[in-house]
Amino acid sequence: MSDVVEKTLTALPSLLSLDSQPGSAKLSSTSKLGNLIRGITELTSKHEEEKLIQRELASIKEQVSSPNTSMRQMKELMVRAIYCESLGYEASFSYIHAIKLAQQGTVLEKRVGYLAVSLFLNESHELLLLLVNTVLKDLQSTNLIEVCMALTVVSQMFPKDMIPAILPLVEEKLNHPKEIIRRKAVLALYKFYLIAPNQVQHIHNKFRKALCDKDPGVMTASLHIYLQMIQENPEGYKDLTASFVTILKQVVGGKLPMDFNYHSVPAPWLQIQLLRILSLLGKNDPSTSAIMYEVLDESLRRAEMNHNITYAILYECVKCIYTIHPKSDLLEKAAKCIGNFVLSPKINLKYLGLKALTYVVQQDPKLALQHQMTIIECLDHPDLIIKRETLELLFRITNAQNVVVIVKKMLEFLRISTDDYTTIDLVGKVAELAEKYAPDNEWFIETMNTVFSLGGDMMQPDIPNSFLKLLSEGFDSVEEDRKLRLFAVDSYVSLLQGEPGKLPQRFLQVISWVLGEYSHLKEELEPAIVLRLLAKLLDMKQTSSETKSWVLVAMTKLCEGRAGVSVTQEVSETYSSSMDTVLRQRAQELQYLSQDSELRGRVLFRDTGLEPLEVDSSLSFLDGFVSEALATGAAPYKPPHQRQEELAQAKALSLEPYGLSLPISMSSCSINDRQSPTLLSMSSGLSGDSADLSHKGGSTTLKLDGVKRVWGREGYLAQREAVEEAAQVEVPSPLRSPSQQVDADSSHSQTPTLTPTPEPEQEKQQLASSLFFGLSSQSSVCLMGKSEPMPQRFRRKAKGQSSSSGATEQISTSLVSTPTNVDNLLCHNPLDSNITSELAVSPSAQTSELSQGLTTANGTCEIEVELSDSNIKGSNPSLIGDNDLVAADPAAHEDPDRPKDFFISHLPAELSELCHSEITPLCTIQSLDLSACHVQKEDSLVLVIFISNSSDSAIQHILLDLDSEQIEVSCVSDSPVEDLTGHSVAVYQYSLTVKTPSVHVEVVGTVSYQLPVETSQAVQFSYKLPLTSFIRPLAVSTEEYGTMWLAFSHDTKQNLTLISDGQGSLTATLNVLKRKLQLHVVEIIGMEGILSCRLLQDQPCLMHCRVHAGTLAVWLRSPVPDLPDCLIYHCQRALQEH
Amino acid sequence: MIKAILIFNNHGKPRLIRFYQYFAEDMQQQIIRETFHLVSKRDDNVCNFLEGGSLIGGSDYKLIYRHYATLYFVFCVDSSESELGILDLIQVFVETLDKCFENVCELDLIFHMDKVHYILQEVVMGGMVLETNMNEIVAQVEVQNRMEKSEGGLSAAPARAVSAVKNMNLPEIPRNINIGDINIKVPSLSPF
Repeated sequence: MSDVVEKTLTALPSLLSLDSQPGSAKLSSTSKLGNLIRGITELTSKHEEEKLIQRELASIKEQVSSPNTSMRQMKELMVRAIYCESLGYEASFSYIHAIKLAQQGTVLEKRVGYLAVSLFLNESHELLLLLVNTVLKDLQSTNLIEVCMALTVVSQMFPKDMIPAILPLVEEKLNHPKEIIRRKAVLALYKFYLIAPNQVQHIHNKFRKALCDKDPGVMTASLHIYLQMIQENPEGYKDLTASFVTILKQVVGGKLPMDFNYHSVPAPWLQIQLLRILSLLGKNDPSTSAIMYEVLDESLRRAEMNHNITYAILYECVKCIYTIHPKSDLLEKAAKCIGNFVLSPKINLKYLGLKALTYVVQQDPKLALQHQMTIIECLDHPDLIIKRETLELLFRITNAQNVVVIVKKMLEFLRISTDDYTTIDLVGKVAELAEKYAPDNEWFIETMNTVFSLGGDMMQPDIPNSFLKLLSEGFDSVEEDRKLRLFAVDSYVSLLQGEPGKLPQRFLQVISWVLGEYSHLKEELEPAIVLRLLAKLLDMKQTSSETKSWVLVAMTKLCEGRAGVSVTQEVSETYSSSMDTVLRQRAQELQYLSQDSELRGRVLFRDTGLEPLEVDSSLSFLDGFVSEALATGAAPYKPPHQRQEELAQAKALSLEPYGLSLPISMSSCSINDRQSPTLLSMSSGLSGDSADLSHKGGSTTLKLDGVKRVWGREGYLAQREAVEEAAQVEVPSPLRSPSQQVDADSSHSQTPTLTPTPEPEQEKQQLASSLFFGLSSQSSVCLMGKSEPMPQRFRRKAKGQSSSSGATEQISTSLVSTPTNVDNLLCHNPLDSNITSELAVSPSAQTSELSQGLTTANGTCEIEVELSDSNIKGSNPSLIGDNDLVAADPAAHEDPDRPKDFFISHLPAELSELCHSEITPLCTIQSLDLSACHVQKEDSLVLVIFISNSSDSAIQHILLDLDSEQIEVSCVSDSPVEDLTGHSVAVYQYSLTVKTPSVHVEVVGTVSYQLPVETSQAVQFSYKLPLTSFIRPLAVSTEEYGTMWLAFSHDTKQNLTLISDGQGSLTATLNVLKRKLQLHVVEIIGMEGILSCRLLQDQPCLMHCRVHAGTLAVWLRSPVPDLPDCLIYHCQRALQEH
Repeated sequence: MIKAILIFNNHGKPRLIRFYQYFAEDMQQQIIRETFHLVSKRDDNVCNFLEGGSLIGGSDYKLIYRHYATLYFVFCVDSSESELGILDLIQVFVETLDKCFENVCELDLIFHMDKVHYILQEVVMGGMVLETNMNEIVAQVEVQNRMEKSEGGLSAAPARAVSAVKNMNLPEIPRNINIGDINIKVPSLSPF
């Protein structure tokens, strides 16, 4: 480390006494801060420090509140307050003075004030509102430093609600002549975008302008915004790909001024940012990816290995190459790069190399195979982080053959890990692997035992839950179930006989549940023995009361026979007087059930494990109770959402008298407390009381749906085989099967280091062969065939296999693993490029067509739906033209003229009268053309999809599948066409209903079909439409409006611009809204107007407008969350475009 | 995005704390303590990246740090930042500090905490990397310092240095200072 910075704190006192030292020379001896710091460094204990700081704070407090303190002194005081705060002592009294200083001081004092404010306060702090005015003033200042300070504080924190107040000023700064101001303004806008995306929707084209700014610094700043926006919606910015590529090309080519260089690398941070953006854009998109291949190649070539920062670029490059649609020669180069990283002696690079390997390993497992020896070495690396990363990599390549070795390595690491976070993470992974690939019962139970004892009480509750579920639900074979449970019982009994005191609570809970459920399976085991073991747990000091109740429930299940009763009697007596109500209840249950064996037999019958319980979900058995309660004056039950609305109404100062209502806390009583023992024991057979409902709720809360339990069925089917293979792996060479021999041979050829072997080397080699078993091509094929797919963290390979096995091809998501496959794909699927170029049609293009279509449509209703993005397309080329940035034109999109007229004739008769949107092409594959439009009916919105077959041959088994997050799609046609003869068109109709409102809604669909003699194929497409298509006028009277207004709970307010027209501007503005958004104007009284509309089906939204200070103050209310926000956005757009 | 920048010394005493995401005061102190705990027990010859301080937020977050003599510089970032990029950003920041304070040492950071903050503000703004060119950062800070003498405004400030505006299609802007290769005298890069 540098010796220049060699002035340690330990030397501090001596430094302070010697004023000749440079560090202390800068301090004025009279400085109060200096005194304070000196004081603190001389202290020896935390306690003394606390006392000193409190004294200091008291003195600061006194001085700041004194009227005689000048601003200059205030500045000095503020710095001292900041110092105290940074040590963790609160100085809240100074906050208001910091704001005052920022407001009233001279520039330098202001600077301190702003700094203090940005350190002291946070976005939601109430005092921050006091700063808004100061920021407003400073933004308008002619002193550039003041403007800079204001922008900086704004980007650190600003109250969300006040953004509209300063937004125009910040926007204005985008045109400022000074680049530093423009740059800061862009970042401030980015901040706004992060905290309130809706507020800055309308300035997206200004971001584009910033991207084309003549100063590269401003352009760089705008990339932050683009990275974020593209992450959220890559489809929307495909047209910019070429621009980003051009910029990167110029940067890489050294066209930037020298002072953007860092260690003679041109603008490395800019390059990194661009590469990230490109990888987002090129993901799953062959045509967009094709644009960037060249520049990626160039980047790889230019980044010569000479400095850290070039490695950063290389790493991003490699990640990008593996993220976008693959190209074989680039992949090769990237793989080489990864190799360099992994083999590098520099530890940071090794780390990144492992990360990169982890990222790509599922596409290209061979790469891991190449570096297997390095990976093995990393497993024993002294740096825990490297070790952990290696395990992460191994986790990704685990399969049924190598699971035993990998899990063993992970458990070894777990034993030495001291970091909670790592432990929790790894424990989850081990449990996942064990469930998926366990070769046999013993291994599974033992591994889970280790997981439970190491994971302790930190681990995710999912793990024990899913483990118990696995045990209780069992698998196909009854015999296997029995063996597994039996083994578990055996293992737990011996654990309890050992030292149960050391086991974590969660594990004890699992143990007691399993023993309660299944110890009867082991016939030679006396229940009394188990009972005694369990009773021992109760006596241990460290057992928590939650665990105790699990134990008591287990005992309840087991208490039969003479011997049992005596143990339980004692226990239940002890706990019947427990302070804990749950324990007391369990003890009571235990007492009664142990005495009354007949009752016990009825309540806790065995071996009904999987029979579905009959659940009376209507709770009809409570009817009597309810009617009785109602008769005695209880309030009727209201569902939670209704209550919430009433509550919200109450907040809005309801003037109506309070109705009779009693607090009902049904919803608050937690019915799905997952860890409660009742819940789990019930799943094994308790039934018949009202808690059934909770059982139902409980079992659905066990989050197992997402977990693929391959082990469940597959493990057992392939069990014997897997065991054998695993056994062979353990014992090397002589016993290997031919396929393994090949495997080993190939690894020999790939890693020359393997050949002649000294002792430890051979050990490593053995480890390698067992770790990487099943990764070479042959065995991975047969693996894929028999086991279920791996978790889809990355796009899987498996293209080759899936097509050969005749499965459906998902063109848009598939990726290939090996170079040869890439070539195949490119030759055999000319459709690929077709599809994506069609899909790449940016929404802006699509929507602008839509809007054209609507305006030209024959008008049964005169609406003109202006779509949000329509102006972007127009403005973009010209912007770029202005700034002479070459090749920045948006990606060319296919001319969609052809289908328009062609399909209109196919529109069903009942729909052709209504106004419909422009017909938009969705995708084209070979001879199949998909187009769509939407038709606005009075009560519904119909999506019409046309499929035309332009070839001679018939297309069979057409299957359309639509889905959307925001809307509900239901098929209108009774019997959808499945086979399409040559040169014909099929029409599909879907009715759309909004589930959750959002500004734009998108329908994503898949069409699968089969050409004669070919395998079936599938293509994805998406269709986007604005929320306004779902809006219909709602005719209400003013009185009705009044009552509805009070009843609605979700609202939003915003100021909109007025349209100034000769006549009353309010009327003009409202007419625009009426025309464009189909709102119903209820009444206009003076400067106020009320409007109403409804979202299909029948979800009203009310709007109240008032002209105030030259703007239109709009207040929207609706019972539907988000609807007001979305609608206000469309209002804003409609008025802007007017 | 950068979530937090923490500088503390070998004893865990905070020297500069800047959070770009809101955490309550006691949470902040806890994060500082946890981060120090994680970082301080690592040798100098291990990698500069750490994952999972559980407090600041799970697997998406990374700690990237450098250790200079008595001080640890820790940047806590999310997955949208490049590890090596941030590592070099720390270097840029430290070199800038060195330039501004003429052989920076821990004492400078203690006694001129406010100045360090101003310098940091020119490097990172609202969690976003604003400027990575050391000369530019120094220029901005100096303009502000000059205000101490005269409150003239930014107009006299040197714009970004121009050296070779080649035929880059990003339009030209006057850059009037030519700074040769940056001469680094301070903290030698820690072994990678």
